[in-house]
Order: sequence, then structure tokens, then C-alpha cells
Amino acid sequence: MTDSLTGPAPSGFPSDTDLSDDVLVRVDNLVKHFPVKGNGMLGRTVSQVQAVDGVSLTVRRGKTLGLVGETGCGKSTLARCIAGLIPVTSGKVYFEGQDITNLKRGTMRPFRREIQMIFQDPYGALNPRRRVGSIIGDPFAVHNTATGAERKRAVQDLMARVGLNPEHYNRFPAEFSGGQRQRIGVARALALRPKLIICDEPVSALDVSIQAQVLNLLADLQDDFGLSYLFIAHDLEVVRHVSDSVTVMYLGRVAESGPGDQVYDHPRHPYSAALLSAAPAADPDAAAARQRIILTGDVPSPINPPPGCRFHPRCPKAQDLCGTAEPALEAKAGDPATHLTACHFPVETGEILARADRREQR
Amino acid sequence: MSLLEVTDLRVSFPTADGVVQAVRGVSFSVERGRTLGIVGESGSGKTVLTQSLLGLTPGGQISGSAMFDGVNLVGLGSRAMQRIRGKEIAVIFQDPLTSLHPLYKVGWQITEMIRSHDKSISKAKAIERAVELLGHVGIPRPRERVNDYPHQFSGGMRQRAMIAMAISLSPKLIIADEPTTALDATVQAQILDLLLRLQKESDTALLMITHDLGVVADIADNVMVMYAGRAAEKATKRDIFYQPHHPYTKGLLESIPHSSASGDRLKPITGQPPSLITLPSGCAFHPRCAYVMDRCLSEQPNLTPVGDAGEHRSACFLPAAAIGLSDDAEAQRRHTVELGRSGAAVKVAEAIAAAPESEGSVIA
Amino acid sequence: MSVTELQFQAAAVGDAPVAAIQGRSQWQLTWRRLRSDKVAIASVGVIILMIAFALAAPLIAAITGHPVDQAYPTTGQNSFGNPVGPGVHGFLLGTDQIGRDLLVRIAYGARISLFVGLLTTALATIAGVTLGLVAGYFGGVVDAILARFFDAALAFPFIILALALASVFRPSLTIVIGVISFFSWAGISRIVRGQTLSLKEKEYIEAAKSLGAGPMRIMFIDILPNLLGPVLVLATLYIPTAVTFEATLSFLGIGIPEPAPSWGNILSEAQQFYQVAWWYIVFPALALLITTLAFNLLGDGIRDAIDPRTERIFAGSKATRKRGRRKRGQLSLDQAILVGQQDGQVTDLPITNAGGDVTS
Repeated sequence: MTDSLTGPAPSGFPSDTDLSDDVLVRVDNLVKHFPVKGNGMLGRTVSQVQAVDGVSLTVRRGKTLGLVGETGCGKSTLARCIAGLIPVTSGKVYFEGQDITNLKRGTMRPFRREIQMIFQDPYGALNPRRRVGSIIGDPFAVHNTATGAERKRAVQDLMARVGLNPEHYNRFPAEFSGGQRQRIGVARALALRPKLIICDEPVSALDVSIQAQVLNLLADLQDDFGLSYLFIAHDLEVVRHVSDSVTVMYLGRVAESGPGDQVYDHPRHPYSAALLSAAPAADPDAAAARQRIILTGDVPSPINPPPGCRFHPRCPKAQDLCGTAEPALEAKAGDPATHLTACHFPVETGEILARADRREQR
Repeated sequence: MSLLEVTDLRVSFPTADGVVQAVRGVSFSVERGRTLGIVGESGSGKTVLTQSLLGLTPGGQISGSAMFDGVNLVGLGSRAMQRIRGKEIAVIFQDPLTSLHPLYKVGWQITEMIRSHDKSISKAKAIERAVELLGHVGIPRPRERVNDYPHQFSGGMRQRAMIAMAISLSPKLIIADEPTTALDATVQAQILDLLLRLQKESDTALLMITHDLGVVADIADNVMVMYAGRAAEKATKRDIFYQPHHPYTKGLLESIPHSSASGDRLKPITGQPPSLITLPSGCAFHPRCAYVMDRCLSEQPNLTPVGDAGEHRSACFLPAAAIGLSDDAEAQRRHTVELGRSGAAVKVAEAIAAAPESEGSVIA
Repeated sequence: MSVTELQFQAAAVGDAPVAAIQGRSQWQLTWRRLRSDKVAIASVGVIILMIAFALAAPLIAAITGHPVDQAYPTTGQNSFGNPVGPGVHGFLLGTDQIGRDLLVRIAYGARISLFVGLLTTALATIAGVTLGLVAGYFGGVVDAILARFFDAALAFPFIILALALASVFRPSLTIVIGVISFFSWAGISRIVRGQTLSLKEKEYIEAAKSLGAGPMRIMFIDILPNLLGPVLVLATLYIPTAVTFEATLSFLGIGIPEPAPSWGNILSEAQQFYQVAWWYIVFPALALLITTLAFNLLGDGIRDAIDPRTERIFAGSKATRKRGRRKRGQLSLDQAILVGQQDGQVTDLPITNAGGDVTS
């Protein structure tokens, strides 16, 4: 905790948006590399997995930032860096203006009450050998805030809040369905009234009809408690529904970010456009009419990312410049100041990128 | 004549806790060159249904018939089934990492598949075919990759390899069980396109099982919505999405976030799917149904024609004309419900209204 | 039955009805499976009888009228000075070389064997679990050092150490317990360490860390309960090892000192007399055999009850044998069906993602 209240201004961000009061979390040029070791216990580091390679973003108080991207983009790693679960290679994370990057366990402790996580796998995120009451009561136990009868009451109160029957306090996770387990996870995250909840694909593993229940629950809790969410998901429709602003990541970098509607309705980065066009829609006419941008190949490995713009090998608009110079994250002509894109040749309004045409209608 | 005609298929499993009725009388048909999408959530029985067709459910008690090209798959001996599996009917599973053998090279697995069905093909020819197949499904540098192990492929490539294996013997029917669930959206689009291309080339029938309505909206011709082991609704794709009849189908469609309504509350279906051991009486969906009537608690609705064309069927007691999302249809439903709800259904409706967002009590 | 359960559960990963089928805690399910395992129940019965037998040793001495140390040179030996057989002169199982009642000695020997077996296993388990947990959880340097300890303890020739100790100090019960415990904990540690290594990657451990839980709390409140199953199996299977260990030490003369009876030292004495007194060897050996067999079978039963999936993984089990051998290279459809994880099962299928995938 060495920096001043607001910290130095990061690159790529208009200065007025990050110094305002309602910025809860600010991530500044975060880099996380995982070393790949050679053979043997004392092997030298052969190469680095560049999981997150210079990401900056902000989460505002009471708002939801949606983080989308595909496998290998680094969104989960980023979330864990922000939560302090894995150490950061370089860059900074500020919470309410204070530098919480790589704090020691003791100094980080008070921040743990403010930053909580909900995990993707309802079957893995709860210890199968512990009773639900004990699991939800964990935060109270760890931070010594309530004991005995008081804790039990608090836990049952939480259970009721998230739509569980408080009488099932002594049951094991195996006795609950997927959606209910996710609610248990939410209750646990909510126990100490955090300010930020990082949701790592919280509804991906749930049935469709249950997803809506849990999403509504999260929305209600946000209203009731003034929570901020960092919402990671791969389902674009879900992200659009919950997010105020959206950041699209590709291979460890931010491709595009801005207000949700802006990014969804006017994607400027070819990757965002491709992603949006690939997202399945539960509407046959829309699906048939959609101009799908089929990208070639799979996402390259984060160990050896392509030079220049990381997306250029798959980009339908790539030119020579893209292979040599990395594009800066900035607002393009005609976009509001909050809509930032990292691209040399962003998609113009009305431009159609679809290369492969769809098969004929039946 | 349909390629696959399933009639009144029932599958149940005796377990220590009771008999699990996974599939309770399902009938459907798949035509050559067409795609049937089976949509269902957890506990709908969709996976068990297809597994039982291929004899992949040891311990299960199967009744009914499944006529595939004149042969009844139900009760087929294991030898005959082995001949059909792979050659006539191929399966693509959800996670290729668990369905491809991790310790054998991909090329080897394909050649073994080919040669086990036709001993006369030489190894060299089989390898050639494997390389050809890998290239056909869009794997770059197939000659090199044929010697790789499954874990050396990325998720999308692995699924393509799986598809290559599936089509290696030119099957008449491909059963795809959630083939794209584990894949990213852009890769999913590629895989679906590949499947359709292959279907067009060889006139293969495709049975696509998924919980994702988006996938179904994309590639299915006909759709069957399953709930609690039975078919809730069967129709063409457009009818299912634009003229749903069954309250479950309707509920599903309404609970999905739509771009147009971002920021509003979603409309979930109350409660959760039922236990397949202790099913609710009458219609299995009634504890969650906004239109529950008295007879729903005691009688089980069968598939009856609704709407205009004869192909659209729904297992519900609501009137046949009350289909779609229009106000008219809703009014019709409300009217019928008013008349039909005076006894036991009142309590159920009250319970639903009281806790519309909850999942009901714990199952156990 | 269990296969069917599994098949359906596996096919219905993420299903709400899974809870309906389970609907109980892991231990209840385990207990139910155990109850239906006849061999395991029989083993429990045998163990209970053996314990009763051991506890009743003084009673047996009283009933037969032969105290454990009392030699009966007249009634207990025949004219050649050899032991008398079972049923002769009121010695139900015969006598030993100086005419002591063999039944009574075996009963008292059971006390020693069971006491040593259970106590050393308990000590070894506590030490082994603690050290294994610490090594597995902290990893790095701590693990490297501790792992070398485990290896050393496992590699050490225990007989030689026992011999050395026995020559420096007189053989005694304490030494026996010490030696056996010392050489038993390492095996448990290794296994616990392995389990801990895989458990600490689970998401609920990550969740605990994100709450701010410290290592002690995570190790003992989150990880340990998941270890209880395998540890129980291990411990149950270790008891017969400990019992045999004690018998071996006593047999070699460096265990329980005379005149206290132990199955091991009875057998040691019996070596010279087997030609004239078969009962002298047979009965103690039988006692040893029955005890170790019962614990082994119980351990197997518990393991199967906890994790019925092991049935499928190993070829040659009943299930695969019935279906006939799979052809080489055929799609492992079983693996396709066996998707997903069973709650509380610590032994996950070791399918590693070796493609260098970064989880993101």
C-alpha cells in the first residue's frame, strides 16, 4: 500500500474516468506470465505462457463489467489476479484507490472481505465433505466476525436471501441441485457484505431455465447491496444482459471495451465482430440471416503469441502493419470516449466482414 | 420411409434408491439428409435415449422399438450392434478428450475403426483414408497430424478428429451428443458448419442432442423438446420457436436473455426438473406450470396435434389453437385455465405464484 | 447395482436427479454399500470375535483354571517331555513346550497383537496424515525435504534397526511399538501427500483461499475431511501389516520378551516341536492368519464401498470380463460414458491435459 489514494494515471485511459469517486477497482497494465520449466526439478525456464499481457480496466461502484473472450484469452487468470489468488508478474491492481497488488497474506486480509468470488462449477466450488451451513459460515469463521448462534442466524438469513430453505443448514452439497449449489456459493460470497464480487462463469454450468433464476438473483442482490460485479462469461447474450460495460479479451490483451450497448451494436474490432456473429441466437430467422464471420483456425497458444496485433493471423482485415505494430487501445473516430478499440483498421459502420457464406436455406 | 423410426421407447434403471425412469415412451423419426434436434435440460432423458439406441446402457431395461433401416435396434444382439455402431450409426460425444482414447494416436484410432469393420482393407490404404478424412474435416497438415495424440490437438481440432472418425465409414446416421458444448462460440460455429456440409455431401441424417436452443435454431430442421423423459413438443424448427405450444417450451424461450430486453428481469421457470424416481403425478411439468389445471395433476397428456400443419404436436391439455406468443393465444390459455382450475390445481398455482424465482425444496 | 447407478449418474452429469439418487451424505452411501457386502460384514464379525477373545483372556484363564504363565510339567507334558495335544487333560488347544495352556497363551497373545496393531496404526496414521498434509499442501522446499524423509523411512532396513535397538536396550513392548510406528507412517504420508496434491487444486480450496483462510484452516478443515475415506482404507489395511510386523519381531526374538506371550514368540518356540506337536504351530498361525485376513478383507470392502468406480478402471474386473475383452483401438465408449466426477471421490481419473493449456 505505497501509492497515493488515486495512483498514477494509467496509459490508454482518459484521465477523467479513472480519478472519479465511483471507481471501485482499477487494473493498470496487468501482466501475468507463467513460466514453462524445462526438464527436472531445477529446470530452467524455457518459455513463458503470456496469459495476461498488459490489461487495463475499471470496475465502477454498483456497476457490472462484463469480461468476454474465448479459451486462452486470459480472463480467468485476470480475475484471479484481481482477487489476489495468484501473484501478478507486473502491473497494478487498485481497490478503492489503494494498491493491493501482491500484498502479503496478512495485509491482504481486510481486502478479502471486500472482494469475493463465485465460481463456475457448482459441483467443484463446494467442499463435498462439509455441511452447507459450515460452508456459508466460513467467511465469518475466517474473519472472526460472528460465532455460535449469531453465526447460525446470519447463515440462515443468507440462505433465505438467496432462495434456499434455511432449514437445510445441515445438509451436504450433494443433496442440492446445480442451481441451488450455485446459490450456496452466492450466499458464501455475500456473507461479509463485500463490495466487489467476481463471477467466473457463474451460470455456464446450469440449465437454461435455472440460469434465469440465478441471474435474477444476482441482479436483485446488486440492487439491494450496491454490489459491483466483474462478470466473466462466454455466453454473449448473458453478458449483454447483465453488464453495464463490456471488455473483450483476446490472447491476453484487451481487444475492445466500452459501454455494453456500444460494443454489442457497433463492434469495431474484427474479433468482437466475429465473436458476436458466431454467438448462437435462439431465433431461426436471425440465425439464418446472420452473416457469420467464420474465422480460420483455432486460437494460437499464449506461449508464442503472434507479433504485432495478436489477432492478425486470423483477421479478415489484416494488413502488413498488423503483423509488425501493436495497435493501441484508444477511442476510434466517431466513437464515444469510453468505447476503446485496439485495432489498426477497425470495422467501419455498415462494413460486412463475412467471408464464408452460409449454406443455402432449406 | 424414415431412416430411423423410434416408437414408444422406454428406458428405466433399477437402482438401490428405486427405479429411475429415464425415458418414458418417446417416439420420433429421422429422415435421410435431415436434422432432428432433441432439446432438453438435465434429467430430460435425452442422452439416455440415444445411448440406449446404441446399446450403451448396460443395466437399463429397454422396451419399445427403434427401426433403423429395417432393423430393430432394441434388443439387438451385441455382435449385430457392433456391426451397426460406427458403420451405419456413428456417434460424436461432447468431450473428445474422454471419448478418444488418450493413449493411442488419432490416426491409429481411425484406421482401427476402419479395419475392424472391413478386414480386407490394408493398413496403408486405411492410413491414406485417415489422412484424407482429417483433411476433409478441416485439420491443417493432416499427414503430420495423423500421428499425433488427442491431447496434442486443441479442443476444436479434437472435435474435428472425432467427426473424422465418425464419418470414416460413411454412416447413414450421425448422433451428435452435445458436440459443441465444450467449445468456444467461434469454434462451435465452425463445427456446426462442418456437420452441415458433411450432411449435404453424403445425405447423412443427423440427430443433434443439445440443451442450447441457439444450436438448434441454427441447424435443426425438426425439433423435439424433451422433459422428464417424455417428449413435450415436436415440431418444425420455426414452429417451435415462433409458435410454441407447450408451456415448457414457451417458458424456455422466455427465460433466455434477449438482446432486446437487456437490463430487464428475466422470466425464469419456477422450480427445477423433477426426480426421475419419484415423478409428479399426471403431467410431469405441472408443479412448474403457469397454466396448471386440475386434470394436469391426474392425467398424463399425450402428444396431440396442435396448430395448423399436422407435424406440430404437443403433450398438453391446453387447446390446440392456443399456440404462439401472441396476446390472443395467451388469452385463450387464460380462459381455459380459469375453467379448468378449481380443485387441486389451485394450491399448485398458489405455490408457484408465491415463490416464482425459487427452485423449490431440496430434492432429497 | 453400483455400476448402474454410476452409468446413470455419469450420463446425467449436472442433473438435478443425481441428488435424488444420492440424496444422502457420502458416508451414508458408503455405509449402505458396506452393509450389503457380505464378505466385509463377515470380516467385521471375525474381528469383533477376535477382540472379544483377547479381552476375555483372563476369563479364559479363569475358566480353564490355567493361568497364562503357569507351566504344568505333569499334566501338560507327556512322558517324553513333549507338549500334549488338544483336548488332553483339559488343555483345549494343547500345551506348549513347558506345559503351559496354549489356548490361554494365544488369548493373551491376541491382546498384544491387537493392542500393538491398533496403537501403532493409530500413531502412524496421525503422524503420517499430518506430515503428508503439510508436504502436499506447501509443496516446494517443504515438500522436497519431507519427501526425502519419507523415502528414507521407507528404505531403511527395519529389521536391522530393531536388532540394533534390541541389543542396546532389552527388547520390550515400547521398542516394538516405536519401531513399528516409525516405519509405518512413511507409507501413509506418501499416499496422503499425493491425495493432498490433487485436492489442493480443487475449486473449493481456491474459494477458501479467496475468503482469506490460512493454510492451517485449509489443511485441517477443508482438505482433511476429504482424506478420511482413503485414510480409513489405508489404516484398516495397515493393521494386519503392523500385527505381522510385531509377530515377525517377536519371532526373531527382538519383540515382546518372554515370558509374555505373543503369537510371534509362540511360533518361534514352536519351530522345534512341529514334528511332535502340530498344534503348537497351527493354532497361533491360524490366529494370525484369521486376524490379518479379516482386516485385509474389511479394508478391501471399505475401499469398494467408498469408491465403487475402481471396479471399472481396472481391467479384469467382473464388469469387463462379462462384456468380453474390448478390441484394441476401439473407442473407449466406457470412458465416454464415465464422464464427470463423483462427489467426494478423491480418486479422480488421471486424465491430464498435457497440451499446455492455460486455464482462462
